[in-house]
Amino acid sequence: MSSQYHQAREDARPELHARPGRFEADAVMGVVAREWILYGQSWRATTFAAVVEPTLYLLCFGFGMGALIGTLAGFSYIDFLGTGIVAVSVMFQSMMPAVINTFIKRRFLHTYEGILAAPVDVRELVTGEALWLAMRSGVYGCVPLLVAIGFGLRPGPGMLLVPLIAFLAGFAFALFGIWISAVITSVRSMDYVFSGLFTPLFLVAGTFFPLTELPGWVQNAAMVNPLFHAVELIRGAVFGGLGAGAAVLHVGVLLGFIVLMWFLASFQMSRRVVS
Amino acid sequence: MTTPVPGRRLPGSASTAPRDTPPDVPALLLRGVVKRFGRLTAVDGLDLEVPQGVVLGLLGPNGAGKSTTMKMLTAQSLADEGEIRILGHAIPAESKWARARMGVVPQHDNLDEELTVEQNLRMFSFLYRVPRGRRREAIARAMRLAQLGDRGDTLVDDLSGGMRRRLLIVRALLHRPELVLMDEPTVGLDPQVRQDLWGVISALRDEGVTVLMSTHYIEEAERLSDEVALMARGSVVERGTPADLVAKYAGATVEEYTPGDEGADALEQRVREHGFTTRRTGVTVSVLRAEELPDSLRDRLGAPQRRASTLEDVFVTLTGESVE
Repeated sequence: MSSQYHQAREDARPELHARPGRFEADAVMGVVAREWILYGQSWRATTFAAVVEPTLYLLCFGFGMGALIGTLAGFSYIDFLGTGIVAVSVMFQSMMPAVINTFIKRRFLHTYEGILAAPVDVRELVTGEALWLAMRSGVYGCVPLLVAIGFGLRPGPGMLLVPLIAFLAGFAFALFGIWISAVITSVRSMDYVFSGLFTPLFLVAGTFFPLTELPGWVQNAAMVNPLFHAVELIRGAVFGGLGAGAAVLHVGVLLGFIVLMWFLASFQMSRRVVS
Repeated sequence: MTTPVPGRRLPGSASTAPRDTPPDVPALLLRGVVKRFGRLTAVDGLDLEVPQGVVLGLLGPNGAGKSTTMKMLTAQSLADEGEIRILGHAIPAESKWARARMGVVPQHDNLDEELTVEQNLRMFSFLYRVPRGRRREAIARAMRLAQLGDRGDTLVDDLSGGMRRRLLIVRALLHRPELVLMDEPTVGLDPQVRQDLWGVISALRDEGVTVLMSTHYIEEAERLSDEVALMARGSVVERGTPADLVAKYAGATVEEYTPGDEGADALEQRVREHGFTTRRTGVTVSVLRAEELPDSLRDRLGAPQRRASTLEDVFVTLTGESVE
């Protein structure tokens, strides 16, 4: 008679669900489920940061600078800033943890050693990590919008698209961050990332001021900045006036960036975790 | 010879071996496996076959290639040459299938410290694709096996070293694997905690689960393993049951002589001239297979300390290296 141990394995049969070489949603969702459980412990701190940061930005820049500027590019400054901060918030909510947490989990906590010993491959691991951060960004990206509404931004139906845009941009930035985390070799390298990459990314994206006043080459450089496209999409959704062609272009750039970063992140992470 | 550790019985279990894989297919098969890191050859032509239902201790000193071998079995390290098959699946091409059917206990404790015991197990029940309806039972069973049944809500950070290790082991058993890989499962733990863990490993052996356990603790390999593979400089130098290996290479008795610095070399040379194997520990010369020493020779060696031969004698003899 078969033992309970073996009978239970007959019932479970995880190998029936694992297919070598195939990209599997179950494996990705396993990684997401893991993050969800971890989030159960950290949601207070995460939510605190997601609410307080944009509120302070809007208070200081909105009222401080807004009193001096009045209107900008046809918008009141606080409306201009509020929508920009949604995109910045998405970037910070996805890219920062993607760089820092992923690096720590790989390098110090040996977390990926454990996950990759289960029937999960590197592509699924990368996708799961990025997907979770994108989902989180989709939700928390809306917080600055709610705060901006509290500061006077007029609600509109186009705002319902913001979570989707935030998810898309969050996915792109998370994959970007995971790739960077797999490129860098030490914690010290993060200084280069934050100063040399994060700062120009969020300054040259039309978040705090329009790009039209910047030199031409900076404007051209902004075209390859995914944050710029996220900002344009969010402003278009909130205020309207974004043509279909422009919307397709911005979404297309973000999707292209996602595909490129997915390959780079998966490739580089494989090099790090498989010797 | 030390006595085996009695295993804790898995709830409701019988002792029949798992047979998801045809019985003639080895649980593990490595042929001519080579792994290089730059100019260093960590694994050098490793041949190893582990039949199903066997607990094999991979015994060797640090740097012998044990951990690299373990990593190659989970495809976290790729062999430069050779063939690896796990439960019939070719590695690394079909590694995911193999990993679905095996559990891995890593050398490094990679539990999530900020989560509870139950949450740590739940996370891996997802990764191992334990069906939703069986997750609760799988987690409860794992906690019972780890003797953490009443600690489900305890943060891992608050567990003792031994509890954490037990949790790490049962985390790999959530999906009832056919094969369990353990990479130095008790390294760094105090003897009492180590003994405690042996009970968990013995329970697996009693179930007929195939176990490959790397260790550099002689006693651990001797107590828990059906067979021991001695590994040195990247390959297996000898393999057999602990008793057979001891009988083959060290006989029944070892005699230890302490003639002092000047006499040790002469004593060793004299014994070796008669075809006996010796090993040196400081100024002490151990003569293996001492029960066969002729009285005429023994009389000239002085007064020895006698003890039973051990696996350590075999290991040192075969590899020239010491182990813990």
